[in-house]
Amino acid sequence: MNGFALCFVILGLGLIGWLTARARALRFDRGGRKRLHSLPAQHGWYAAAWTVLPPLLFLAVWSAISPGMVRQTILRNPAAAQLSDFAFERDSVLAQARAVAENPYAGDVDPLARRLAPLVGATRSRYAWIGTLVAALLAFAAGAYAITRIRPDFRARSQVERTLMMTLLVASLIAILTTLGIFVSLFWESLRFFGHVPITDFLFGTHWSPQVIDAKDPGASLGAVPLFWGTFFIGAVIAMLVAIPFGLMSAVYLTQYASPTTRRWMKPTLEMLAGVPTVVYGYFAALTVAPAMRQFAVLLGDPYASSESALAAGLVMGVMIIPFVSSMADDSLAAVPTAMRDGSLAMGATTSETISKVLVPAALPGVVAGVLLAVSRAIGETMIVVMAASGAATITLNPLESATTVTKQIVDLLTGEAEFDSPKTLAAFALGLTLFVITLLLNIVALRVVKKYREAYE
Amino acid sequence: MSTAFTPVSHKMSARDVSVAYGDNQAVKNVSIDIDMDKVTAFIGPSGCGKSTFLRTLNRMNDTIPSARVTGEILLDGENIYSADMDVVQLRARVGMVFQKPNPFPKSIFENVAYGPRIHGLATSRADLEAIVERSLKRAGLWEEVKDRLSDSGTALSGGQQQRLCIARAIAVDPEVILMDEPASALDPIATAKIEELIHELRGRYAIVIVTHNMQQAARVSQRTAFFHLGQLVEYGETDNIFTAPRQERTKDYITGRYG
Repeated sequence: MNGFALCFVILGLGLIGWLTARARALRFDRGGRKRLHSLPAQHGWYAAAWTVLPPLLFLAVWSAISPGMVRQTILRNPAAAQLSDFAFERDSVLAQARAVAENPYAGDVDPLARRLAPLVGATRSRYAWIGTLVAALLAFAAGAYAITRIRPDFRARSQVERTLMMTLLVASLIAILTTLGIFVSLFWESLRFFGHVPITDFLFGTHWSPQVIDAKDPGASLGAVPLFWGTFFIGAVIAMLVAIPFGLMSAVYLTQYASPTTRRWMKPTLEMLAGVPTVVYGYFAALTVAPAMRQFAVLLGDPYASSESALAAGLVMGVMIIPFVSSMADDSLAAVPTAMRDGSLAMGATTSETISKVLVPAALPGVVAGVLLAVSRAIGETMIVVMAASGAATITLNPLESATTVTKQIVDLLTGEAEFDSPKTLAAFALGLTLFVITLLLNIVALRVVKKYREAYE
Repeated sequence: MSTAFTPVSHKMSARDVSVAYGDNQAVKNVSIDIDMDKVTAFIGPSGCGKSTFLRTLNRMNDTIPSARVTGEILLDGENIYSADMDVVQLRARVGMVFQKPNPFPKSIFENVAYGPRIHGLATSRADLEAIVERSLKRAGLWEEVKDRLSDSGTALSGGQQQRLCIARAIAVDPEVILMDEPASALDPIATAKIEELIHELRGRYAIVIVTHNMQQAARVSQRTAFFHLGQLVEYGETDNIFTAPRQERTKDYITGRYG
């Protein structure tokens, strides 16, 4: 039975539990000896929750652990003795065997996989049946337990409330746990990488050429400083030189000068920029801006200028970030009390004096937080740099030269032929971890700044 | 209606002033004269148009896009709503203190120095410091803050903040000071200090104060104008208004019949 159908059956059992419990509660009610503490429907929900939640929880856990158990069982089988000891190859053959088990006419498979297919199919279906059976038993047992607890004075209402609260709690924990999970997996792979390459070589080395790695000293060609520099240069310098002034100025215009009519169409239009898929920005950077930058460089007297300049990627990234800076700045300018503005105007200050001397300083923490969030987004941005920036890892201050970023290198390292335990591939995880930690720190700082700032006005 | 007082050239004169927010007529045909060395109080129930009218005197209604002002207001004989009036200059001459203290999120010194800086009143740092000290002294705040001028203005108590705002307003040496319920957000002790301050400032400026508190109007003002439903009902010497009002509506209001 597939998972979808099983969930349906469990929900059906839940419905039965609901009806049974409600009917039972109603019988107590009619007995008239004592008033029910909770409404009959609440008893119903209590029983339904008991019937549905335990088996679903079990199935979630089971679907996580059963593949591992299936594989252990298969590997213990003598028929699997011919499998390679090498994990990557072994998993590949098992995956093919599984495909054959599901569809006997699948072509182009390893002969060994074809021979193992019946075994794999049988083992998988055995574990699937075990899961189904346990889930069904759990549903019956837990549902029956809930129904036996129904008494006039049983507080089903508070129990339902608590269950709801727990459900909501779990829902909100999922995002947090996912973040943690990402961090742990990155951390784990990075540890393997640092087993091959000393962390100091990686963090402080200035030579990056993952294509040519000396097996004896992989650290010598995996120094990430040029990538960090390129990321910083493109994302935090060039992009911000575009995004901060334009974002700030548009926020000032929108909050202080624009008429309500202008604001009504201009703000959504600006925010639409944030909804453009980054791959479209990538096209724009690679096909329009980059050639223009090259011509510009040629005009300046560099006939061999690269068309993959840091400037092209940075400029387009800056444009992409404008709405972020603008909307954060807009919010924090709007949060400055009108009394401030009136106070300044009543002193005889002009609108622009009021903005530059009172409003912007008062809104500065919010603006700074917006910029930090924008930087963290810019340095994590991938598509634009993949399409417009080069792969050449150079440390340069010349924006017309090519530069590369951490994200672009991660993509390069993980696409194409990849062996999953070479220093070259593992370097991608170390780069990812570094990026993750930096953006996380930027976000934490930004959130703290925003929080402090909010307290100042409330 | 209008009432003429002995000095023939008034500091400010409003002639037939009406203010509308969209279709809502907030102030209707008000004519009134304001004189130097006097405190003029505007009283009346909430929504009677007294604050709106006050804001026309330094054109603060300009900041509300839907507000429309008709009639004329003269400052030393010059119409402040004429096309060649410089609003920035006007507001330097007619300062304003708001209902809620609104110091800028800057230091005490910078709050007071703000006006002199933007209007270029000080030629040197020493000059600026002298202006700040003089203004804070006039606002009766100097003794309390002289040792912590670099502290934030927003860290002061409510009453101190309001006196800081008064110091900020007088730092640009205005001729008229408008106060929009300046003590309504303060406790009684802070209120008493503000009222005392208004007494001391009377000799230098023409002061117009909006208040919903009739005792306060009686205590601080020499002249009182009673507004009701956007109209100026009665204007005269404070003593006369409170002891012998000529209009029935004024009498009803000051005796607490409504409001």
